[in-house]
Amino acid sequence: MSPSGAPFLGPIGITEYLVVSVWMLECGLYCVFTSRNAVALLMGVELILNAAALNFVSFARFGVGRVEGQVSAIFVIALGAAEAAVALAIVLALFRLTASVRADEASRLRG
Amino acid sequence: MTSGYEITGIAAAAWLATALVTMVAAVGVAVLRNIVHAAFALLVVLLGVAGLYALAGADLIAVLQILLYVGGVVVLLLFAVMLTSRMGDPEVASQPLAPLRAALAVTSLSALLAYGLIVSTRWRDVDAPHIVGTTADVGEAFLGRYLLPFEVISVLLLAAVVGAVVIARRDSRSEREIGERRR
Repeated sequence: MSPSGAPFLGPIGITEYLVVSVWMLECGLYCVFTSRNAVALLMGVELILNAAALNFVSFARFGVGRVEGQVSAIFVIALGAAEAAVALAIVLALFRLTASVRADEASRLRG
Repeated sequence: MTSGYEITGIAAAAWLATALVTMVAAVGVAVLRNIVHAAFALLVVLLGVAGLYALAGADLIAVLQILLYVGGVVVLLLFAVMLTSRMGDPEVASQPLAPLRAALAVTSLSALLAYGLIVSTRWRDVDAPHIVGTTADVGEAFLGRYLLPFEVISVLLLAAVVGAVVIARRDSRSEREIGERRR
Protein backbone atom coordinates (compact mmCIF):
# COMPACT_ATOMS: atom_id res chain seq x y z
CA MET A 1 0.00 0.00 0.00
CA SER A 2 1.35 3.37 -0.92
CA PRO A 3 1.72 5.73 2.02
CA SER A 4 -0.35 8.41 0.35
CA GLY A 5 -3.65 6.62 0.04
CA ALA A 6 -5.84 3.57 0.12
CA PRO A 7 -4.70 0.63 -2.02
CA PHE A 8 -7.14 1.08 -4.90
CA LEU A 9 -8.37 4.61 -4.72
CA GLY A 10 -5.55 6.95 -3.89
CA PRO A 11 -6.32 9.91 -1.65
CA ILE A 12 -9.96 10.28 -0.76
CA GLY A 13 -11.45 13.44 -2.17
CA ILE A 14 -14.84 14.87 -2.94
CA THR A 15 -15.42 12.39 -5.79
CA GLU A 16 -15.27 9.33 -3.56
CA TYR A 17 -17.70 10.86 -1.07
CA LEU A 18 -20.11 11.75 -3.86
CA VAL A 19 -19.94 8.21 -5.26
CA VAL A 20 -20.95 6.78 -1.88
CA SER A 21 -23.72 9.37 -1.67
CA VAL A 22 -25.06 8.50 -5.13
CA TRP A 23 -24.95 4.82 -4.23
CA MET A 24 -27.04 5.42 -1.10
CA LEU A 25 -29.45 7.61 -3.06
CA GLU A 26 -29.98 4.86 -5.65
CA CYS A 27 -30.48 2.16 -3.01
CA GLY A 28 -33.02 4.38 -1.29
CA LEU A 29 -34.82 5.11 -4.56
CA TYR A 30 -34.95 1.41 -5.41
CA CYS A 31 -36.33 0.70 -1.95
CA VAL A 32 -39.01 3.39 -2.34
CA PHE A 33 -39.94 2.18 -5.84
CA THR A 34 -40.28 -1.49 -4.98
CA SER A 35 -41.52 -1.65 -1.38
CA ARG A 36 -45.09 -2.61 -0.64
CA ASN A 37 -44.49 -2.39 3.09
CA ALA A 38 -44.87 1.18 4.34
CA VAL A 39 -42.16 0.74 6.98
CA ALA A 40 -39.66 -0.49 4.37
CA LEU A 41 -40.59 2.51 2.24
CA LEU A 42 -39.71 4.77 5.18
CA MET A 43 -36.32 3.07 5.41
CA GLY A 44 -35.69 4.04 1.78
CA VAL A 45 -36.61 7.64 2.59
CA GLU A 46 -34.13 7.61 5.47
CA LEU A 47 -31.42 6.36 3.09
CA ILE A 48 -32.13 9.23 0.71
CA LEU A 49 -32.02 11.78 3.53
CA ASN A 50 -28.71 10.36 4.73
CA ALA A 51 -27.28 10.61 1.21
CA ALA A 52 -28.26 14.30 1.15
CA ALA A 53 -26.70 14.97 4.55
CA LEU A 54 -23.54 13.16 3.48
CA ASN A 55 -23.36 15.47 0.46
CA PHE A 56 -23.62 18.51 2.72
CA VAL A 57 -20.87 17.27 5.03
CA SER A 58 -18.53 16.26 2.20
CA PHE A 59 -18.88 19.65 0.51
CA ALA A 60 -18.29 21.23 3.91
CA ARG A 61 -15.07 19.22 4.22
CA PHE A 62 -13.69 19.80 0.74
CA GLY A 63 -15.23 23.13 -0.18
CA VAL A 64 -15.23 26.58 1.36
CA GLY A 65 -18.42 26.69 3.40
CA ARG A 66 -17.46 24.46 6.31
CA VAL A 67 -19.82 25.56 9.04
CA GLU A 68 -22.70 26.15 6.62
CA GLY A 69 -22.54 22.58 5.33
CA GLN A 70 -22.50 21.10 8.81
CA VAL A 71 -25.38 23.33 9.92
CA SER A 72 -27.37 22.10 6.91
CA ALA A 73 -26.55 18.49 7.79
CA ILE A 74 -27.90 19.04 11.31
CA PHE A 75 -31.09 20.47 9.81
CA VAL A 76 -31.41 17.39 7.57
CA ILE A 77 -30.96 15.08 10.55
CA ALA A 78 -33.58 16.95 12.59
CA LEU A 79 -36.04 16.94 9.70
CA GLY A 80 -35.44 13.21 9.18
CA ALA A 81 -36.19 12.50 12.83
CA ALA A 82 -39.39 14.56 12.73
CA GLU A 83 -40.46 12.91 9.48
CA ALA A 84 -39.84 9.44 10.90
CA ALA A 85 -41.94 10.16 14.00
CA VAL A 86 -44.91 11.52 12.07
CA ALA A 87 -44.75 8.91 9.31
CA LEU A 88 -44.55 6.01 11.74
CA ALA A 89 -47.54 7.42 13.62
CA ILE A 90 -49.41 7.48 10.30
CA VAL A 91 -48.35 3.87 9.64
CA LEU A 92 -49.64 2.82 13.05
CA ALA A 93 -52.96 4.60 12.48
CA LEU A 94 -53.24 3.00 9.03
CA PHE A 95 -52.53 -0.41 10.49
CA ARG A 96 -55.20 0.09 13.11
CA LEU A 97 -57.75 1.05 10.46
CA THR A 98 -56.98 -1.51 7.77
CA ALA A 99 -54.95 -4.23 9.59
CA SER A 100 -52.31 -3.87 6.87
CA VAL A 101 -49.11 -1.92 6.29
CA ARG A 102 -49.18 -2.29 2.52
CA ALA A 103 -48.66 1.11 0.99
CA ASP A 104 -50.17 0.14 -2.38
CA GLU A 105 -53.48 -0.77 -0.77
CA ALA A 106 -53.97 2.42 1.21
CA SER A 107 -55.96 4.19 -1.47
CA ARG A 108 -59.18 5.14 0.31
CA LEU A 109 -59.93 8.65 1.50
CA ARG A 110 -62.20 9.17 4.52
CA GLY A 111 -62.64 5.43 5.05
CA MET B 1 -6.81 17.25 -8.18
CA THR B 2 -4.39 16.50 -5.33
CA SER B 3 -4.46 19.49 -3.09
CA GLY B 4 -2.88 18.30 0.14
CA TYR B 5 -5.94 18.20 2.33
CA GLU B 6 -7.58 15.11 0.97
CA ILE B 7 -7.86 12.09 3.24
CA THR B 8 -4.66 10.05 2.96
CA GLY B 9 -2.74 7.26 4.62
CA ILE B 10 -4.33 5.12 7.30
CA ALA B 11 -7.42 7.35 7.35
CA ALA B 12 -7.96 6.59 3.66
CA ALA B 13 -7.81 2.86 4.37
CA ALA B 14 -10.32 3.28 7.19
CA TRP B 15 -12.49 5.38 4.85
CA LEU B 16 -12.39 2.63 2.23
CA ALA B 17 -13.45 -0.07 4.68
CA THR B 18 -16.25 2.10 6.10
CA ALA B 19 -17.51 3.06 2.66
CA LEU B 20 -17.57 -0.55 1.45
CA VAL B 21 -19.52 -1.71 4.52
CA THR B 22 -21.93 1.21 4.11
CA MET B 23 -22.57 0.54 0.43
CA VAL B 24 -23.10 -3.22 0.91
CA ALA B 25 -25.52 -2.55 3.78
CA ALA B 26 -27.36 0.04 1.67
CA VAL B 27 -27.96 -2.64 -0.97
CA GLY B 28 -29.20 -4.84 1.86
CA VAL B 29 -31.76 -2.22 2.89
CA ALA B 30 -33.01 -2.08 -0.68
CA VAL B 31 -33.22 -5.80 -1.50
CA LEU B 32 -33.79 -7.67 1.79
CA ARG B 33 -37.43 -8.64 1.95
CA ASN B 34 -37.49 -9.49 5.62
CA ILE B 35 -38.28 -6.14 7.23
CA VAL B 36 -36.29 -6.84 10.40
CA HIS B 37 -33.19 -7.76 8.39
CA ALA B 38 -33.62 -4.57 6.39
CA ALA B 39 -33.89 -2.55 9.61
CA PHE B 40 -30.61 -3.97 10.90
CA ALA B 41 -28.97 -3.29 7.53
CA LEU B 42 -30.19 0.30 7.89
CA LEU B 43 -28.54 0.36 11.32
CA VAL B 44 -25.23 -0.62 9.72
CA VAL B 45 -25.67 2.05 7.03
CA LEU B 46 -26.31 4.76 9.62
CA LEU B 47 -23.27 3.73 11.68
CA GLY B 48 -21.15 3.70 8.50
CA VAL B 49 -22.34 7.18 7.56
CA ALA B 50 -21.43 8.34 11.07
CA GLY B 51 -17.95 6.97 10.45
CA LEU B 52 -17.73 8.81 7.13
CA TYR B 53 -18.78 12.02 8.92
CA ALA B 54 -16.05 11.51 11.50
CA LEU B 55 -13.46 10.88 8.78
CA ALA B 56 -14.59 14.09 7.07
CA GLY B 57 -13.80 16.01 10.25
CA ALA B 58 -17.42 16.52 11.24
CA ASP B 59 -17.26 15.00 14.69
CA LEU B 60 -20.36 16.76 16.00
CA ILE B 61 -22.45 15.51 13.08
CA ALA B 62 -21.15 11.98 13.62
CA VAL B 63 -22.19 12.03 17.28
CA LEU B 64 -25.59 13.52 16.41
CA GLN B 65 -26.06 10.85 13.74
CA ILE B 66 -25.44 8.09 16.28
CA LEU B 67 -27.64 9.73 18.92
CA LEU B 68 -30.58 10.62 16.70
CA TYR B 69 -30.60 8.07 13.90
CA VAL B 70 -29.05 4.98 15.45
CA GLY B 71 -30.53 5.60 18.88
CA GLY B 72 -33.82 7.15 17.82
CA VAL B 73 -35.03 6.51 14.31
CA VAL B 74 -33.97 2.86 14.07
CA VAL B 75 -35.59 2.14 17.43
CA LEU B 76 -38.77 3.86 16.18
CA LEU B 77 -38.68 1.78 13.00
CA LEU B 78 -38.22 -1.45 14.97
CA PHE B 79 -41.11 -0.46 17.24
CA ALA B 80 -43.29 0.12 14.19
CA VAL B 81 -42.27 -3.25 12.74
CA MET B 82 -43.09 -5.04 15.96
CA LEU B 83 -46.40 -3.20 16.41
CA THR B 84 -47.65 -3.73 12.88
CA SER B 85 -46.31 -6.74 11.07
CA ARG B 86 -46.79 -10.40 11.74
CA MET B 87 -43.53 -12.12 10.94
CA GLY B 88 -44.98 -15.40 9.73
CA ASP B 89 -47.37 -13.65 7.41
CA PRO B 90 -46.34 -14.12 3.79
CA GLU B 91 -48.05 -10.86 2.97
CA VAL B 92 -45.56 -8.94 5.10
CA ALA B 93 -42.48 -10.39 3.40
CA SER B 94 -44.00 -9.45 0.09
CA GLN B 95 -42.70 -9.55 -3.43
CA PRO B 96 -41.13 -6.34 -4.73
CA LEU B 97 -43.24 -4.07 -6.85
CA ALA B 98 -41.95 -3.96 -10.48
CA PRO B 99 -38.30 -4.69 -9.59
CA LEU B 100 -37.02 -4.75 -13.17
CA ARG B 101 -38.38 -1.35 -14.10
CA ALA B 102 -37.17 0.12 -10.81
CA ALA B 103 -33.69 -1.36 -11.27
CA LEU B 104 -33.52 0.00 -14.81
CA ALA B 105 -34.56 3.50 -13.72
CA VAL B 106 -32.17 3.51 -10.78
CA THR B 107 -29.23 2.21 -12.83
CA SER B 108 -29.70 4.76 -15.58
CA LEU B 109 -30.05 7.59 -13.08
CA SER B 110 -26.93 6.52 -11.20
CA ALA B 111 -24.95 6.27 -14.44
CA LEU B 112 -26.12 9.75 -15.36
CA LEU B 113 -25.18 11.16 -11.96
CA ALA B 114 -21.88 9.32 -11.61
CA TYR B 115 -20.46 10.01 -15.06
CA GLY B 116 -22.36 13.10 -16.12
CA LEU B 117 -21.95 15.08 -12.93
CA ILE B 118 -19.43 13.69 -10.48
CA VAL B 119 -16.59 12.28 -12.56
CA SER B 120 -16.72 14.74 -15.42
CA THR B 121 -16.77 17.83 -13.20
CA ARG B 122 -13.40 19.42 -12.59
CA TRP B 123 -13.65 20.12 -8.88
CA ARG B 124 -11.70 23.26 -8.21
CA ASP B 125 -9.32 23.18 -5.29
CA VAL B 126 -9.73 25.76 -2.58
CA ASP B 127 -7.06 27.00 -0.25
CA ALA B 128 -8.38 25.78 3.06
CA PRO B 129 -5.79 23.38 4.34
CA HIS B 130 -6.82 23.31 7.99
CA ILE B 131 -9.92 21.84 9.53
CA VAL B 132 -11.66 24.19 11.91
CA GLY B 133 -12.82 22.95 15.30
CA THR B 134 -16.27 21.94 14.33
CA THR B 135 -18.33 21.79 17.51
CA ALA B 136 -17.54 25.29 18.72
CA ASP B 137 -17.98 26.77 15.24
CA VAL B 138 -21.29 25.02 14.64
CA GLY B 139 -22.53 26.14 18.03
CA GLU B 140 -21.59 29.74 17.31
CA ALA B 141 -23.28 29.53 13.92
CA PHE B 142 -26.46 28.21 15.52
CA LEU B 143 -26.55 30.99 18.10
CA GLY B 144 -25.51 33.68 15.65
CA ARG B 145 -26.23 33.65 11.97
CA TYR B 146 -28.61 30.67 12.00
CA LEU B 147 -30.56 31.53 15.13
CA LEU B 148 -33.89 31.91 13.34
CA PRO B 149 -33.70 28.58 11.41
CA PHE B 150 -32.60 26.92 14.66
CA GLU B 151 -35.70 28.18 16.48
CA VAL B 152 -37.93 27.27 13.51
CA ILE B 153 -36.53 23.71 13.63
CA SER B 154 -37.30 23.47 17.33
CA VAL B 155 -40.88 24.61 16.73
CA LEU B 156 -41.12 22.06 13.92
CA LEU B 157 -39.89 19.28 16.20
CA LEU B 158 -42.47 20.26 18.81
CA ALA B 159 -45.20 20.21 16.15
CA ALA B 160 -43.99 16.80 14.93
CA VAL B 161 -44.08 15.32 18.43
CA VAL B 162 -47.58 16.68 19.12
CA GLY B 163 -48.78 15.59 15.68
CA ALA B 164 -47.38 12.08 16.08
CA VAL B 165 -49.12 11.70 19.44
CA VAL B 166 -52.43 12.97 18.03
CA ILE B 167 -52.26 10.71 14.98
CA ALA B 168 -51.18 7.57 16.79
CA ARG B 169 -53.57 7.99 19.72
CA ARG B 170 -56.13 5.26 20.03
CA ASP B 171 -59.34 6.95 18.95
CA SER B 172 -61.93 4.42 20.06
CA ARG B 173 -64.97 6.32 18.82
CA SER B 174 -63.97 6.61 15.16
CA GLU B 175 -62.67 3.03 15.18
CA ARG B 176 -66.03 1.77 16.35
CA GLU B 177 -67.80 3.79 13.67
CA ILE B 178 -65.58 2.35 10.96
CA GLY B 179 -65.97 -1.17 12.31
CA GLU B 180 -69.77 -0.84 12.28
CA ARG B 181 -69.75 0.60 8.79
CA ARG B 182 -67.65 -2.29 7.54
CA ARG B 183 -70.03 -4.77 9.09
